[in-house]
Amino acid sequence: MTSIKDMTAIAGIGLTEYSKGTERTEWSLASEAIKLAADDAGIKVKDIDGLVKDIDDGWDCSYVQKTLGIDNLLYSSESHWGTSSMLNVVTAVASGTANNVVYYRSRKGATTTRRSPSDYRVAKETLDDSISILRIDFYEPYGLATPQGCAAMLQQRYMHEYGITPEQMAGVIIGISEYGAKNPLALYTDKPVTMDEYLNSEMTVAPLRDIDCAPGVDAGIAILVTRTEMAKDLQQTPAVIMSAAQGAAIEGEFLTGYNQEKMTDFPETMNMAEELYRVAGITAKDINVAQLDDRFAPLVPMQAEALGLCGKGEGAAFCGAKSLPINTAGGSIGEGFMDSNRIVEAVRQVRGTSTSQIDNAEIILYAAGAGGPADGLIIRK
Amino acid sequence: MVEYVPGIPILKPYIDADNKPYWDAVNDHKFVVQQCNKCKNYYQPPRPMCPECLTLDTMDFVPASGKGEVHSYIIYTTDKMAYPGMKIPYAVMVVELDEGVRITANNADDIDTEEIHIGMPVEITFVDIDDSLTLYQFKKREA
Repeated sequence: MTSIKDMTAIAGIGLTEYSKGTERTEWSLASEAIKLAADDAGIKVKDIDGLVKDIDDGWDCSYVQKTLGIDNLLYSSESHWGTSSMLNVVTAVASGTANNVVYYRSRKGATTTRRSPSDYRVAKETLDDSISILRIDFYEPYGLATPQGCAAMLQQRYMHEYGITPEQMAGVIIGISEYGAKNPLALYTDKPVTMDEYLNSEMTVAPLRDIDCAPGVDAGIAILVTRTEMAKDLQQTPAVIMSAAQGAAIEGEFLTGYNQEKMTDFPETMNMAEELYRVAGITAKDINVAQLDDRFAPLVPMQAEALGLCGKGEGAAFCGAKSLPINTAGGSIGEGFMDSNRIVEAVRQVRGTSTSQIDNAEIILYAAGAGGPADGLIIRK
Repeated sequence: MVEYVPGIPILKPYIDADNKPYWDAVNDHKFVVQQCNKCKNYYQPPRPMCPECLTLDTMDFVPASGKGEVHSYIIYTTDKMAYPGMKIPYAVMVVELDEGVRITANNADDIDTEEIHIGMPVEITFVDIDDSLTLYQFKKREA
């Protein structure tokens, strides 16, 4: 059986400006980001022959084709709930289906309340039936109507099971915000969060605090993947993809997998990690830098455990001890929720261009979809 | 207890062939859980096929104890993330029933938000929200 190991590489990254509010459409942001990714790689836009969008975002590939002038797409797809789509991109390129495939996200997270499957509606005056496809109808009549609440339910159980203190939870945010403070793109972390600030911060959905939640940002991000041998001839240092994987698990839902045997285990992430390390031929111990899903900070320690970076119940202490650099650009907490901004930071670590460059950044882990269908990526120079 | 804000509808369960018997029972103030009559496993949420037996016609809805313990809970303390149709603070609990499945609901009028804790013994009770909607909640139970 062939393996995707090392066959593909991230050759280009494209980022629009990050803002807390723009008049521009997501279509415009997506188009610009994809062009920038092609420019960054040093390929022509018309040589992009595959597009993968995030299911949470609005603009279908066919619209982006209209702005980029791409005649044909040999491959297009979108992600599973709550996960980014790098495995789609990698398999499309590694199989030879397409040559230059872009994963893009464009979101007006700061300014829109656009309805999308995982963007639970808050303005519900016009609809009084819950969305059926995610079966959130078992939660919404009880006012469990936001992902913040769904995540807080996992956090409460986690803190109870392992005796995690709020001070330990603070360590997660403190570590990430220290990196964010050094990154000028991290609009939301001007300076590191302090312990006092954390402990005195407002609880929005106890035990989850406002400060634990990644704010929305308006931005477009594109990641361009090509075959490693091609990437070597392009203008950037290739970020070679050692492995990409997705993970799911029985009784998994989007942050509401409360009927999983142990809801704090994140079995989707455990399954994903097993495959991710197997394909890469490494273990969790080989990871030098991690870019983890921090749309809600308490998900980070649970995720670190599920990724095997530390033992069960040790995640909060592990994050606080900073034994492994996590979210070196400030993550979604600092830059706003995009997921793919953490892929960009993983690539910066390979290129040596991070605002918090880690000296021995040889093997970098990216993970997304904590508390639901998960995905991950391992890259190296 | 939970209090509703007048004029804002409560989100109703979306009823279809897979969950209708569950919500019909709730409407009659009865609590049922889905159980496969072949493997005897209980399932939540209800589903059209047993993942153990891969059978479509074995999924019964059986009377359940409605008794269990709080497995986790949250408290919406600000209106920032809360459902606008419910007055803050309000709690949502995940309760592990004796049958092993976990059910999500609010606390009934006899449980103050502050006294909810993991391990708290609770049981199902019903509340008629309006003519077209009945929900279950959890009330106190002697351990």
